[in-house]
Amino acid sequence: MVTSVTSFGRSGLSDWLLQRVSAVILLAYVVFITASVWGGVDFVTWKALFSQTWVRIFSLLAVLSLAAHAWIGMWAVLTDYLTERLMGTKGNVLRIGFQILCSLTIFVYVVWSIQILWSY
Amino acid sequence: MLQVSIYRYNPEQDSQPYMQDIQVDTGGKDLMVLDVLEMIKSQDTTVTYRRSCREGVCGSDGLNMNGKNGLACITPLSETVKNNKLVIRPLPGLPVIRDLIVDMTMFYTQYEKVQPYLQNDTPAPAIERLQSPEDRAKLDGLYECILCACCSTACPSFWWNPERFIGPSGLLQAYRFLADTRDTATTERLAQLDDPFSVFRCHGIQNCVNVCPKGLNPTRAIGHIRNMLLSRAT
Ligand code: SF4
Ligand code: SF4
Ligand code: FES
Repeated sequence: MVTSVTSFGRSGLSDWLLQRVSAVILLAYVVFITASVWGGVDFVTWKALFSQTWVRIFSLLAVLSLAAHAWIGMWAVLTDYLTERLMGTKGNVLRIGFQILCSLTIFVYVVWSIQILWSY
Repeated sequence: MLQVSIYRYNPEQDSQPYMQDIQVDTGGKDLMVLDVLEMIKSQDTTVTYRRSCREGVCGSDGLNMNGKNGLACITPLSETVKNNKLVIRPLPGLPVIRDLIVDMTMFYTQYEKVQPYLQNDTPAPAIERLQSPEDRAKLDGLYECILCACCSTACPSFWWNPERFIGPSGLLQAYRFLADTRDTATTERLAQLDDPFSVFRCHGIQNCVNVCPKGLNPTRAIGHIRNMLLSRAT
């Protein structure tokens, strides 16, 4: 058993499952948005679309899925390449730095998305 | 004349590894790569590599030949040589002890972690623990592994995390005991594997399947382990 405190769900299985589930949600959302804007869209129809509560909830779900998906993916990349094994102590400093940067960016985007979705 | 290029490194003399070019007269025969190495060694006894059975059974001569891992003794030149050139390197990702010999400690440490032996806490029967032919068949494609390390050293996930990711070879063996109906430690075995590295660093790249000289499929075994973890936890 390898311990790790910075992974999303601490367990490899839960991260793996969440990565799959969030991918499916994102795919569904992309299909939904593509279908909605197919054949052109103007401000009135776009506003009408997003004034419906279910669209906002679906959008928020997609944003949260993207956040989890991005963290799990970035975490895997960072723990592969920015490691003590590959670059010495510098790897640890860089990895933690990038992890903080990633989580901060994701957090800002999530809050900002909520603000956009509910500000109409 | 076959153009052979061999990785050389003797840490007692060389400050750095280098490639040595050697011409070998194969007499137009489709030899095995190991035969070519033996011919070279008869000229220059300092060329160092491991070998034993010379028939793909012992797993000691895993090497990287023209960029692909395999056993030198069962890799014919016709399969690997391109444009009359053969480049021989040690298995990638492990520390080199000398020339083509790598230090397999990290590989074995991961193997050890999966407790590769039968565990059964029920009283032993008078004669033997019997298995039905169907249950025995579940071990096919798993027990044949000769621990040559060709797969794990071809796996990028193992290159980056050899201390934390068990690697295809170790995971194939983990599943060999998870699948064994005589083993009663299934729950404990699975509990040891559910972290973000041991199993889940596998991204299904399938380099392991591509190189295994015994034709085994570690990716499929890893998928089975994942499913066992999933059905246990959901
Ligand atoms: S399938 Fe998994 S174990 Fe096999 S080479 Fe790819 S990452 Fe490694
Ligand atoms: S699975 Fe195949 S390549 Fe890997 S160690 Fe076993 S025999 Fe060698
Ligand atoms: S020498 Fe035994 S497997 Fe090649």
